[in-house]
Amino acid sequence: MNFYALFAQLLELVIALLLAPLLTGWVNQCRAWFQNRSAPPLLQTYFTLHKLFHKDALLAHNASSLFRAAPYIIFSCMALASAIVPTLSTDLIFSPAADAIALVGLFALARIFIALAGMDVGTAFGSLGARREMLIGFLAEPALLMVIFTTSLISQSTSLSTIVETLAHREFVIYPSLAFAGVAFTMVSLAENARVPVDNPTTHLELTMLHEAMILEYSSRHLALIEWAACLKLFAYSCLGIALFFPFGIPEAADPASLAVAGAILVFKLLIGGFLLALIETINAKMRIFRAPEFLGTAFLLAVLAMLVHLLLEVGP
Amino acid sequence: MLDMLPLDQIIIAILGWLAIGGIGIIVPRNFTLISRVLFPLGALCSLAVALFALTAIVATPQVAILPFGLPDLPFHLRLDALSGFFLFLLGAASAGISIYAAGYLRPGEGTAPGLQCLLYHFFLASMAGVLLADDAYAFMVAWETMALTSFFLVTSDHRSAEIRRAGYLYLLIAHVGAVGILLSFGVMAGSSGDYTFDAMRTFSTEGIWPTVAFLLALFGFGAKAGLLPLHVWLPEAHPAAPSPVSAMMSGVMLKTAIYGLLRVCFDLLQVQHWWWGVLLLVLGLASAIFGVVFSAVQSDMKRLLAYSSIENIGLIFVGFGLTLVFKSFDMPLLAALALTATLYHCLNHAFFKSLLFLATGSVLHATRERNLGKLGGLIHRMPWVTWLALIGVIASAGLPPLNGFVSEWLLLQSFLFTSGLPQGYLNMLLPVAAAAVALIAALAGFAMIKFFGVVFLGQPREAKLAQAHDAGRLERLGLLWLAAGCILLGLLPNVVIALLDPVTNLLVGSGLRGAASSQGWWLLAPISEARASYSPAIFLGGILLFTLFVFVAVRRCYHGRLQRGPAWDCGFPQQTGRMQDTAEGFGQPIRQVFSPFFRLTREHPSPFDAQPRYRVVVEDPFWSWIYLPVARLVERGTRLVAFLQQGRIAIYLLYSFITLLTLLVLTRG
Repeated sequence: MNFYALFAQLLELVIALLLAPLLTGWVNQCRAWFQNRSAPPLLQTYFTLHKLFHKDALLAHNASSLFRAAPYIIFSCMALASAIVPTLSTDLIFSPAADAIALVGLFALARIFIALAGMDVGTAFGSLGARREMLIGFLAEPALLMVIFTTSLISQSTSLSTIVETLAHREFVIYPSLAFAGVAFTMVSLAENARVPVDNPTTHLELTMLHEAMILEYSSRHLALIEWAACLKLFAYSCLGIALFFPFGIPEAADPASLAVAGAILVFKLLIGGFLLALIETINAKMRIFRAPEFLGTAFLLAVLAMLVHLLLEVGP
Repeated sequence: MLDMLPLDQIIIAILGWLAIGGIGIIVPRNFTLISRVLFPLGALCSLAVALFALTAIVATPQVAILPFGLPDLPFHLRLDALSGFFLFLLGAASAGISIYAAGYLRPGEGTAPGLQCLLYHFFLASMAGVLLADDAYAFMVAWETMALTSFFLVTSDHRSAEIRRAGYLYLLIAHVGAVGILLSFGVMAGSSGDYTFDAMRTFSTEGIWPTVAFLLALFGFGAKAGLLPLHVWLPEAHPAAPSPVSAMMSGVMLKTAIYGLLRVCFDLLQVQHWWWGVLLLVLGLASAIFGVVFSAVQSDMKRLLAYSSIENIGLIFVGFGLTLVFKSFDMPLLAALALTATLYHCLNHAFFKSLLFLATGSVLHATRERNLGKLGGLIHRMPWVTWLALIGVIASAGLPPLNGFVSEWLLLQSFLFTSGLPQGYLNMLLPVAAAAVALIAALAGFAMIKFFGVVFLGQPREAKLAQAHDAGRLERLGLLWLAAGCILLGLLPNVVIALLDPVTNLLVGSGLRGAASSQGWWLLAPISEARASYSPAIFLGGILLFTLFVFVAVRRCYHGRLQRGPAWDCGFPQQTGRMQDTAEGFGQPIRQVFSPFFRLTREHPSPFDAQPRYRVVVEDPFWSWIYLPVARLVERGTRLVAFLQQGRIAIYLLYSFITLLTLLVLTRG
């Protein structure tokens, strides 16, 4: 453990916390442009969060302490997740603490708490949302793990830092398996982040809600933490996608010069990523909830295919 | 007592259990003595077994010959690292269960408390006997005692016909399995007629006989462990038994079957074929997927947990199969990794499943209700049970930073190493199996959320739930012990791996201790840090620290004001507890996605029904695939033989005479 690693880690965490709402704002803005609406300000997410934090919290009469604790736990899970994914440097303090499988476990932990919080007040919509979220979860999680397995078979490691170092810094090889894995990862990320075509982050129509149905009972600071955690989750997934498929530009060292360059490259990649996400969301329609298993099943099969392609073509018999 | 050999210490603790059982039957109606003195004493004996077993794991193997048994075959006992590990599991888990049982016993429930005390402690002693036995005879005696005592414990509330039926099914499958084990020992003893395990270790390694012995043992131990398709007794017997007994059976007894198969595969048989491993892997995966899918659609909380036990046993067998594959290809380090995952999961399952079964016991006592559809909102009435059950739920769902995740992580890691196998097809298939394991882990999360959310969260679904009371002091202590185990096993993986090291060294000739301990206690890196690492302590510390920081920061920068009001629920004014998802509702996505797994019968209400009723019954397809045809076949067969039974003594005498004649002729020739 050296000073630069600590510095890079802190910087990465702070950048994640600050940049995550901005990324969401950017996606919303791009989407508004595509859909020919007038766009909200880029900083709208920050305004909303600030407003929510100011309000008095309103809790349902039979909300338990689990309900009150859940937003904090979900927020810390997502903050930890975005600290684990290497974005600015691969020399991080947290990187040996959790590999890619543990990262998936961390997302699952947050999901379980949000589902439990949804069931806590005991309204019809809360448990409906929890059930649907868990449905998406158990379909998406194996697909995500398979994507990660493919990349870790290539680099012979499940440690995210080693994966990034292998893909970004050794001699350049084209891996056809990564193309399949990349498509699968995109599909999983759309589902996991409650995006069109699986869910719609802007809907409050009763029958179509997934993520929103679970958090209906939340208000003020609790809601703010959950919204912020959702931004962090989108940020962490984007960074994970960058780390697994476009890691070029993430330095191994953590000195200030390379950190600055890496930061600029990261912002550039995120801008493009957010733009593409808005494009996907615009040209697709939300699907029925029971089409989601087909969608995620396809993602799973693509991920398995990626692994088989790797074992057949890239390792050799 | 402290300077004795571990084997002698453990024998004394087992005698302690037997003595407690004996005292219990002398004073069968003295409830206070039994529940306040005898059961806590039993827990102390369990604790002693766990402690002595810890020293036994690192000690050299010890043998003893007891002066009981057949004239020329006294009971042989042997305590090596493998027995030591499973004895530790037995002692550590049963300590919590016994303390809980002390608070759980109620006068007038089931059979007399003294009889329950006797059966319970003999059950414990017989499990220890199975783990210590060093000859087939002692093993079978202990195995049968275990089956019988647990049968009587399951049927302790024998007035209900349903419970008697469950007990009968359990006894039947236990004995069919025992025949398999007996035959397997017979094959291994060969023509020598020497039934000590020492003699079996010199059993020939050639020809078909090792495979025959393996398959028979797999059948026998699989029946006890609840491996597909011999699992049907589990979801019947676990709900029928009193909760501490369900916990003991699911958490500990199933592991004796794992122990038996490990003993046969790696100790008694000197040869392993790779396809044995593949067979175990396939059976394990099938059990795990089947178990988890069925557990997600159950509406009885103990049945849900019983199916989840099938899932966990399946995962244990997956690790076991991988170990066999690696061992047969002579890859000791990978075999050690897979075996560590297997044994670790055994230990984890013993803790979290016992914890959850005991929590259902408290719920059952507080509400008299096992049906998920009539529970709900218990977090307000039973905070202790709720929060401790939450720990079990997170562990059981395989989430960091608790113990379930560590073994799942190790298992997935061992899958990722398979690409070096000399078998091309295996290289392809094993990663796909890893995908199935990932699916199972995610589904386990679904089932556990359903269990916890429906029972403890939301609004009470029945009015009587308002009278529910929290668990008593002794019950809490038992639950706390097991929950602490879940946390410690999750946070200190390197300590556990160091504990498992002698066992893996004994069975597959390699261990992970060197690689694991070089990183310090907080970082788990079984092969090397660049390959894969995980640190539960940093994980938990990180989450707690962030939570605390955010909590303080929000209050500092803004405020912590709070108001209470009615629930919003998109503005619907009338809300009752009946409007929440039921257990059936929560399981509906699973029924839809996995519909080929189920045999469903559904009754839909019509719109004009005055008393609308919706009923859905999910049946286990194995009943109609295997069990009912076999039962019909047996019935038809017995009808053919039934003409022998004439009911007249002269005819029976004639039978004896003919038999005698035939035997005489045969022995002459």
